[in-house]
Amino acid sequence: MNHPDPLPENDNLSLPGEQDRYKNEPDDITRIIKKMHFTTFLTAGLCILPFIVILCSLFIGRYEISPQTVMHILLSPIIPMEHTWSAAEETIILQIRLPRIIAAVMVGAALSMAGAAYQGLFKNPLVSPDILGVSWGAGFGAAIAILVTSNSGAVQICAFIGGITAVASTYFLSRLYKSEHILVLVLSGVIVGSFFQALVSITKYIADPYETLPTIVFWLMGSLSSVNYTDIISIAPAILFGGAILLLIRWRINLLSLGSDEAKALGINMKQITRIIIICATLLTAASVCISGIIGWVGLVVPHLSRMTTGPDYCRLLPMTIVIGASYLLIMDDIARTLISTEIPLGILTALIGAPFFAFLLWRRKTGWV
Amino acid sequence: MGITLSADNLAFRWDHTRDVFSQVSFTLHPGELFCILGPNGVGKSTLLRCLINLLDLHRGFVRIDGADIRKINRQVLSRKMAFVPQGYDVAFSYTILEYVLMGRAPYISAFSSPAEEDVKIAVNAIREAGVYHLIDKPITEVSGGEHQLALIARALAQQPEILLLDEPTSHLDFGNQMQVLSLIERLSDRGITIIMTSHFPDHAFIVSDQVGIMREGVLSTIGPANSVITSTTLQETYNVDVRVEYNEVAKRNVCIPLRYNKAGPNPVEPVLDMLLRDCSDPAYLYANCD
Repeated sequence: MNHPDPLPENDNLSLPGEQDRYKNEPDDITRIIKKMHFTTFLTAGLCILPFIVILCSLFIGRYEISPQTVMHILLSPIIPMEHTWSAAEETIILQIRLPRIIAAVMVGAALSMAGAAYQGLFKNPLVSPDILGVSWGAGFGAAIAILVTSNSGAVQICAFIGGITAVASTYFLSRLYKSEHILVLVLSGVIVGSFFQALVSITKYIADPYETLPTIVFWLMGSLSSVNYTDIISIAPAILFGGAILLLIRWRINLLSLGSDEAKALGINMKQITRIIIICATLLTAASVCISGIIGWVGLVVPHLSRMTTGPDYCRLLPMTIVIGASYLLIMDDIARTLISTEIPLGILTALIGAPFFAFLLWRRKTGWV
Repeated sequence: MGITLSADNLAFRWDHTRDVFSQVSFTLHPGELFCILGPNGVGKSTLLRCLINLLDLHRGFVRIDGADIRKINRQVLSRKMAFVPQGYDVAFSYTILEYVLMGRAPYISAFSSPAEEDVKIAVNAIREAGVYHLIDKPITEVSGGEHQLALIARALAQQPEILLLDEPTSHLDFGNQMQVLSLIERLSDRGITIIMTSHFPDHAFIVSDQVGIMREGVLSTIGPANSVITSTTLQETYNVDVRVEYNEVAKRNVCIPLRYNKAGPNPVEPVLDMLLRDCSDPAYLYANCD
């Protein structure tokens, strides 16, 4: 055999120039860290977005009130000033628009966070917060309550209990299979969701078609039109608790999207973190659903929008879903209450706008996974 | 620096019925590079997963410095042992830096995010693995070989003393294979104990200190590459005609697979003929393959 150029060093495989790579090392790292800080700073700037939307939302509505008056009414409890507005105007701003706006912000943020957390847990960007059956469970709870009572507080409590029950059934059903595979959880969610959907159908079937059936149907369509401060205060603890925990563990959610084995090899207690995420996301979703009814698409579209803004790292993604989710649902709710002379159910609107919008995102191929 | 890893009479079975391997024992000292060879489906990956406690052993103990790894907290264990899987499936388009930063998980408490120190370590790991030019690229857009290097970088960010690599050179082209091997050798020189599985006996000649051939559920022979990898053992393991010869240019032994050449210096019966002689009806043929 003829080898004109035998390798000079066979036992040393290092490539030429390998040592040069370590030049400028500190500079590079400072540059990278600076760049990370800058990105965080930019995204933090977006936090003012919901506040702008909140302010604008206060100004719009079927009853016209000038922005100046709105500002006066808002500031009047804090700064003493002369009453230059009517009592009706004050009621509209403080008792109707403001609670509704707060509720939209909370529900939007909660559903979006839950959706983003589940997408990480299930390693699938097509997952929405009702993947484990929470919506239909809540729907069934609410439907039963509407059948027997007209008390809106009871409806909310039953919806909340129904949602939690559905997710608990899903979780324990998945444990029966003795498999740690995350797909089993999804499958159980589908089973439990369908079951509760059937139960909802039964309650609709036996409901009084003139009295209770329309109420059930409207509840299922989702709306924030009758929200008051009591509702907000009653769901706030669940949303704050679930949201705070998710925000605290947000970096760890990244690791789940690597898959169970790799996450374990990185020292993650999979069972524990899966449970924490399910509990938090369920609290967020069930609390939202019980005051707003079923509002689809928010938990699916908003995480995608956020991912396009910040990238997939949950460190920045999860705070961004709050910002975008709150603004998104608030804008939707503004449209729902002002577009035509009667109220459009919010759930219908989010689907009507959300689905084409999602299709648009896919078409732009900016989602990073198609 | 350095931990001694010992496997003592390991056995594993799927669903408590189907044996995968048994009586696997070996001891590795700090900085040793152990290469496991064997045919497809023999349980190499399963063994690696058992070594890092991802799968439950049926029998036996894996110990690091005398302590049973099943009794060690997973987070503590992941500071000492890192695992580079063979397949990967990332749902979201993390940048290489974000991806490698995840390797810092064992050092970051549940409620916090990577600090500047972690970024430094991750960047150095990326440099070490030779993918610095891709640092801002989405992991979903890099090639298989680059992904493999990013995975190794992530394992390095764990600052492990033992590194398990599941077929680190499969799916890679010639150049990338050598790049990965040279990286593995450098890590081994730094005192990291490495266990890798491979499909290429040549790779064991290039980098390994010890070689084990896994066959029919046992790690039959363990020793230096030159004594373990011979024409006979390879023929028995892979059922093909292979010559192991010393090569002057490479200054090491190389494996040369031959075609079924009856007229050669050492005639070996073609595999297909052997199989066909053994089983006249096809059902038997299927029975042999899982």
